[in-house]
Amino acid sequence: MSEKENLVTLMIDGIEVKTKKGTTILEAAKEVGIDIPTLCYLKEINEVGDCRMCIVEVEGRKGFATSCIQKVEEGMVVHTHTPNVLEARHVILDLIISNHAKDCLTCTRSGNCELQALATKFNVLNVEFTGEMSKHEIDDKSPAIVRDFNKCILCRRCIATCKNVQEIGAIDCIERGFESCISTTYDHSLNDVDCTFCGQCIEACPTGALHEKESINDIWVKLKDPETYVVVQTAPAVRVALGEEFGMPIGTNVKGKMVTALKRIGFDKVFDTNTAADLTIMEEANEFIKRIQNGGVLPMITSCSPGWVRFAEKNYGDILEHLSSCKSPHQMFGAIIKSYFAEKYGIDRNKICTVSVMPCIAKKYECTRSEMEVDGERDIDYVITTRELARMIKQANIDFVDLEDSKFDNPMGEASGAGAIFGTTGGVMEAAIRTAVDTLENKSIDKLEYREVRGEKGIKEATLNIAGKEVKIAVSSGLANARKLMEQIKMGKSPYHFIEIMACPGGCVMGGGQPIKSSKIRATVDVRKLRANALYTIDEKSNIRKSHENPIMKQLYDEFLEKPGSHLAHKYLHTTYSPKSKYDIE
Amino acid sequence: MKTLEEIKKIRETKRKELDLRVNEKANTYEKHILVCHGTGCTSSKSPEILENFRRILKEKGIENVRVIMTGCFGLCSKGPIVIIRPEETFYAHVKPEDCEEIIQSHICEGKKVERLLCKDIDGSAVNRLDDLNFYKKQKRIALKNCGVIDPENIDEYIAFDGYKALEQVLTKMNSDEVIDVITKSGLRGRGGAGFPTGKKWSFAKQEINEQKYVVCNADEGDPGAFMDRSILEGDPHCVLEAMAIAGFAIGANQGYIYVRAEYPIAVNRLKVAIKQSREYGLLGENIFGTGFNFDVDIRLGAGAFVCGEETALLESIEGRRGQPRVKPPYPANCGLFGKPTIINNVETLANITKIILNGAEWYSSIGTENSKGTKVFALGGNVNNVGLVEVPMGTTLREIVYDIGGGIPKGREFKAAQTGGPSGGCIPAEHLDTPIDYESLTRIGSMMGSGGLIVMDDTKCMVNLAKFYLEFTVKESCGKCTPCRIGTKRMLETLERLCSGEGTEYDIYKLEKLAENIKKASVCGLGQSAPNPVISTLKYFKEEFKQHAIEKKCKTHECKKLSKITIDQELCKGCGLCQRNCPAEAIEGEAREKRTINQEKCIKCGTCIATCPFKAIK
Repeated sequence: MSEKENLVTLMIDGIEVKTKKGTTILEAAKEVGIDIPTLCYLKEINEVGDCRMCIVEVEGRKGFATSCIQKVEEGMVVHTHTPNVLEARHVILDLIISNHAKDCLTCTRSGNCELQALATKFNVLNVEFTGEMSKHEIDDKSPAIVRDFNKCILCRRCIATCKNVQEIGAIDCIERGFESCISTTYDHSLNDVDCTFCGQCIEACPTGALHEKESINDIWVKLKDPETYVVVQTAPAVRVALGEEFGMPIGTNVKGKMVTALKRIGFDKVFDTNTAADLTIMEEANEFIKRIQNGGVLPMITSCSPGWVRFAEKNYGDILEHLSSCKSPHQMFGAIIKSYFAEKYGIDRNKICTVSVMPCIAKKYECTRSEMEVDGERDIDYVITTRELARMIKQANIDFVDLEDSKFDNPMGEASGAGAIFGTTGGVMEAAIRTAVDTLENKSIDKLEYREVRGEKGIKEATLNIAGKEVKIAVSSGLANARKLMEQIKMGKSPYHFIEIMACPGGCVMGGGQPIKSSKIRATVDVRKLRANALYTIDEKSNIRKSHENPIMKQLYDEFLEKPGSHLAHKYLHTTYSPKSKYDIE
Repeated sequence: MKTLEEIKKIRETKRKELDLRVNEKANTYEKHILVCHGTGCTSSKSPEILENFRRILKEKGIENVRVIMTGCFGLCSKGPIVIIRPEETFYAHVKPEDCEEIIQSHICEGKKVERLLCKDIDGSAVNRLDDLNFYKKQKRIALKNCGVIDPENIDEYIAFDGYKALEQVLTKMNSDEVIDVITKSGLRGRGGAGFPTGKKWSFAKQEINEQKYVVCNADEGDPGAFMDRSILEGDPHCVLEAMAIAGFAIGANQGYIYVRAEYPIAVNRLKVAIKQSREYGLLGENIFGTGFNFDVDIRLGAGAFVCGEETALLESIEGRRGQPRVKPPYPANCGLFGKPTIINNVETLANITKIILNGAEWYSSIGTENSKGTKVFALGGNVNNVGLVEVPMGTTLREIVYDIGGGIPKGREFKAAQTGGPSGGCIPAEHLDTPIDYESLTRIGSMMGSGGLIVMDDTKCMVNLAKFYLEFTVKESCGKCTPCRIGTKRMLETLERLCSGEGTEYDIYKLEKLAENIKKASVCGLGQSAPNPVISTLKYFKEEFKQHAIEKKCKTHECKKLSKITIDQELCKGCGLCQRNCPAEAIEGEAREKRTINQEKCIKCGTCIATCPFKAIK
């Protein structure tokens, strides 16, 4: 078909639009600057026409058309703001608000709520159709996520994300009509069902019905306590997203400002999780080499993503030996801070409080796992998300945008570029390969970038020749893709030696703890790419781009851990997994 | 597996044997006792009646009388019904213990049992079925075999031209010709919306796809409606045959009947029918040796009203939560499992074989200009003859209510009739003479719907009626789209306020605004039609709404919180009858004193109104 045949011409609000066949009215309108309001719409994920906000009139057609679903047709004449449409839209918005907890002043999403934005846009001054409101108990049993369905507007973006993107299906709609609500298996807490705490539902939610369990207040108390030595570390993906919370462009690297802000907030030490990522690579590359050389279980799978680990434990309890025994970087760092660092600087390890700023909500769960402690000391005491850090910065009255830059604290402030790219899908693999190749070839190899494992594709694969041996690697992000790879392994048909899995589609830059982007932004901007590119830029500009070349690693092993995979390394840096039942229901 | 010739042979021999079923003057020494086994009569012990007849006949050694179970005769208020053929004797309200007398008197002595003969409205005993006013204005096409044949006996169906239409289609016609006949007949969907059936089939036919489906929508959900159930219970093969014809027309080889699990008798009869058809080779592969394959399977619905909406039905068959899809795409293009699918209602399908056999011209000669054929209604409410009626399109409401239905009981006034159930609207007395067809019903603010027809007398409060239907839709809304999920709930709350005296005139305005917008903005037919009962009652009975809102009065006393029962002191004679009958001890006064009502104790049950010999209480 020629390009011309592929085009459709239609009129929207009197403007002629030429657009591709298969485009929806909503998208076509956007092309000419007409912003039809939506609520349940989430591009390519939830296109179901439930909320009815996007209704428009099409000449010659009975009733309204659902612009988020209805495809353009040749000669169509669309009106997006006739008195009829406007009245219906007002009524619909009024009805949604009539059954919504209107406590905006005390809502975590105030200012970033799509419903609130529409209420402002349509100047809803009072609710006309008041009546009974749905009442639900708040589910805050899990350490990671809080569900407050009094704020749920039943857009079902969370369901579509959980079911269609992650293919978990931990939540779905139950009951009928006005009683309809989103629930879990037997209406149990998310804590007790097959939820992996990936937090993608939070990113999808237009209102405050889903959010992370906040730890800010506890941390403020610790910071105020003169007896407590509070150490903070920040994950690679945080620095390329935090600025968004202060109106800065997506993908701005605000590392320097962030460090300054953390110091102003009052943390005693500000460390970089990228350094710990280098440590993880030291251990993980070593483990991989050992498995290859000694006929260990292959493929080996990365274990930095706690959502993925929880998924594996709940779904593939019988093949957990494929998971690397390495703790995730921030947990390793916590263990090192409370041992090596404490000892070296003469700080009572009992008085150290470790805080991780993560793009992730599953890490809130991870730090509570019973395995995550050494000699009775928790590796990490608190995990906060990128969003929570932004709130802390605001609460500390810091004018973030105009802050001067600072550097991470030493002795563990140095990190390689390999550590930085941990925050995006493919990054862990690329970093591990850089080190594994050098180790196996026993020399420094010039090749640094493995572009075949970069990008948005769900499953990426490559075959490498390392020291005369063919090594097949795969990288996946998103749990639906993880399941495909795990099924392959289960059936004994996996061709790979090494697999990187991250629970969130796109990796940590798109984690469940990152700044929430509205449906409108998600439809028009490739958020993942912008954030990931910022990480790759950090890598490119780094003097050190291989984990094993980071001098801190040498120092750490010389002074404390002896060598990768040593007894001490295992004590502090490695962990175990155990099969978990999908549903924790008595 | 039967050959075409064998089927023809069954038809010939069996037809002679069954002549007495339809021919009063049949030359036979046999008699057939037909016992209704529709859901209504079955629940009033008709299986026991059938057993009793058979046992007694055996005991008496009578061999020329057969006892047959049939589907519904239609006049359900007279059930259990027993009809003796060929003489068409109609016995009503038969009890299992009456069987002995019927056999002794009617069969052995040739004397009809007078006390059991069906009585017409005027109280006169009716000798012949056809003499009943109830049947006089009816024209049975969809219900042709109901009450005539044994639905669990395929030979009886074949005897009455069963599978002849399929034979004709497969051996003498091509798919375009079939669609052409259906199109020209003017048949429109009987599920409610009235979409031209031929057009629907042609859309699906035009689709190029190796897999297509025919779905029979038997998810009848309107409260009080049981047309589809009766057809499935009384003549299941006619639906199977029509589905096969539809399959041939559009190029489908698989059919599904989506029927609610609350219809166990219908489900069972369908199972029996499918089994028999497969055994005869009338379903399955290479039907009549023509190379045409078609099979039918049953899918049970869990009873959600919205699953009668075609796309929600498809979702349910596919194993998901029953909630509608946004159209387009329409099922004819992208339906079950993403394949082109036609979804036809049971009653629509029940017309197909008759159209094929008698021709498009015959069918289109019945009915009105744009609504051809007949329509089956489940007549209920305040009407003397409650049951199932099939009338030509264009019959007036007055004919149905007064001639067929026998008028309003207790000589009360007709106030309104609701067609289309919770999706329809009410029709006031001023429109009693409107000929019933798709267009005229829509014009007066109601809709054909699937065929529920509830008659209401002057004791019914129309605000309360609207509230009743909204209670239903609020419960049955699937919760998918905002206007239906929250909007209908808000409408119901408003109606509840009006009915309890807490409403204001502003509430009436709000109702109107909500109704209009829910109608326009909802995703599916359920939401789009849910406001109809409110819109139509507001249109015709706005004064009643105002009385509720402003005067806080419900003149019918149906809205208990609004009604105040008082005793007219002029008329009261102090007899005390009301006081003795009051269940709440709310009436005060002693000896021959005039009585008064203590409003705080009164529960507004109306017992006193009914008992007062002087009509002093209102």
